[in-house]
Amino acid sequence: MNVPRPSLAVYLMADDDAPDLAEAAVQGGATVIELGIPYSDPLADGTTIQRAAQAALDRGITPARALEILREIDSRVDVPLVPMTYGAIVEGYGEEAFCRDAAAAGAEGLIVADVPPEESGRLRDAARDAGVDLIHLVAPTSRPERIRAAAEASEGFVYLVASVGVTGARESLDNRVAELVATTREAAGDTPVLGGFGVSRREHVRGLVAAGADGAIVGSAAIDAVERGGPEALEELVRDLAAGLSD
Amino acid sequence: MSDIDTRAEGTAADAYPPDALGRFGDFGGRFVPETVMAALDELEAAMAEAFADPDFHAERALMARDFIGRPTPLYLAERLTEDLGGARLWLKREDLAHTGAHKVNNALGQALIARRLGKRRIVAETGAGQHGVATATVCARFGLQAVVYMGEEDMRRQRPNVVRMRMLGAEVVPVTNGAGTLKDALNDAIRDWIANVEDTHYLIGTAAGPHPYPYLVRRLQAVIGEEARAQMLDRAGRLPDAVVACVGGGSNAIGIFHPFRDDAGTRLVGVEAGGDGGELHARSLGGGRVSILHGSRSFVLCDDDGQVVETHSISAGLDYPGVGPEHAALLASGRAEYIGASDEEALVAFDRLCHLEGIIPALESSHALVIAERIARDLGPSGDVLVGLSGRGDKDVDQIAARRGDA
Repeated sequence: MNVPRPSLAVYLMADDDAPDLAEAAVQGGATVIELGIPYSDPLADGTTIQRAAQAALDRGITPARALEILREIDSRVDVPLVPMTYGAIVEGYGEEAFCRDAAAAGAEGLIVADVPPEESGRLRDAARDAGVDLIHLVAPTSRPERIRAAAEASEGFVYLVASVGVTGARESLDNRVAELVATTREAAGDTPVLGGFGVSRREHVRGLVAAGADGAIVGSAAIDAVERGGPEALEELVRDLAAGLSD
Repeated sequence: MSDIDTRAEGTAADAYPPDALGRFGDFGGRFVPETVMAALDELEAAMAEAFADPDFHAERALMARDFIGRPTPLYLAERLTEDLGGARLWLKREDLAHTGAHKVNNALGQALIARRLGKRRIVAETGAGQHGVATATVCARFGLQAVVYMGEEDMRRQRPNVVRMRMLGAEVVPVTNGAGTLKDALNDAIRDWIANVEDTHYLIGTAAGPHPYPYLVRRLQAVIGEEARAQMLDRAGRLPDAVVACVGGGSNAIGIFHPFRDDAGTRLVGVEAGGDGGELHARSLGGGRVSILHGSRSFVLCDDDGQVVETHSISAGLDYPGVGPEHAALLASGRAEYIGASDEEALVAFDRLCHLEGIIPALESSHALVIAERIARDLGPSGDVLVGLSGRGDKDVDQIAARRGDA
């Protein structure tokens, strides 16, 4: 996966409107699209993404349907696509089949929020065989040796968790982010480092980039924008955040 | 009959540990967001240090005796035995433990470990409210802040325990997600823990969750089986033919089973909530598939895609779509068997124990009684059946009265 530097990744929930929203996000300056595949019990997610996931499930979005939506997005935008989901969904589908079908639908990377490196053996093999980059997470609470291991194991980009907690828009990011970025950046070599969890403002993006990150990931704030004003509001938010990359 | 094995000591509480990745066979592990991985490492280290420290054992033993009231009695249910005309039924009376259920054994041990970790804030989930009350109780005793997540539906059906938790100084947070039951309470308790992991200990109430929780909870609950095994040898002069306990997440069952694990002549029988006896139930082991829920791999009631499905049980404490990973391993190895008992069957067993023995059992424990009675009949008069009477039913009286139009 070739993630440009600097980059703004935008998370959308796999739902019928996701292809339109992906176009709007890319129009606004998104360089990566993360597509959430809804799971009934998303432990790493705050209320915004929980609600979006439940709404998608209520509309009958299965993992197979989510991959169809991914394929449609792939036909409409020209940025790397990264499904994000949970271990139960990938295992329910079967790791090999999931990675193969996701790759066929246009996925270049994969994030599984509750599968840390220790548990990712089969998934790693399946992703490698399918040519999908498995992206690991580092957090402010991670010890340096874990940060190094995750950064080295990550392909595509390293997902730097910029807030202690679940996903959700916040006023400010964790005050240790600069230090975490420095440690991760050093261990990641050529792999880009993108910070997410809590990112909702241009100054968050600016702060991450100033600390040495290669960009940011926006999820809950993007979903909030869609709920507020559809694709137009999303595009506006993304344009504002993307401006933070080069401030 | 199990005359072949009357070893004085049962299986040690720490025997059959999980592997380095926290797995019991194919089950267990750590399926959690990265943010809490460090906290799990710290907890694992603190657990090892605590169990190697004589002071920890001394304090735990003193509190078990003077605060919880251990050992709890082993009670021969003579009239129930006579009524059934089968094997002798022995009840391990966890209902007589302080706070009214076995949950306090685990809450006490984890509170002592939280103190060693320097964590002053405790977050917990509760279904029937017994674990919430136990958590609120030990937090009051040790001066810790308690935040208990409880589903709205459970708050309604187990209201007396909500009142008790608040009296003890705990904050009870209503959970409105999903069906508002135990699964949803776990989700929100874990999310709170992820957000506050640096000053907060997650005091899980059952033998589930990410490693090391299932092993830790088993070690803390094994006291039930250790006492019961010695009491059986003393009183009955033999080991029981079967040990029967209810299984939601599985903490009381693993606690009473484990010390009997090497006693080949003793059947280990877990009883899951059969709900309406048809499609609506909470039988993860009897009707689930292998998946990931709440941090570990085990049997889960989910659909083909891995989405967790709604469960039903009259008993809030058993109304859970997952189960502790060690039970999954015991099922897979054949060492334990898991059977369902329906809501209606549990209510019949509930009434029988009330009327014949003067004991009001928890609805959870009533499920164990259903199968224990069946096994006792099948065994005939020369047998012995040990039942984990995991809790008392005071919390259930309003719910049962309302159901019978007797409110």
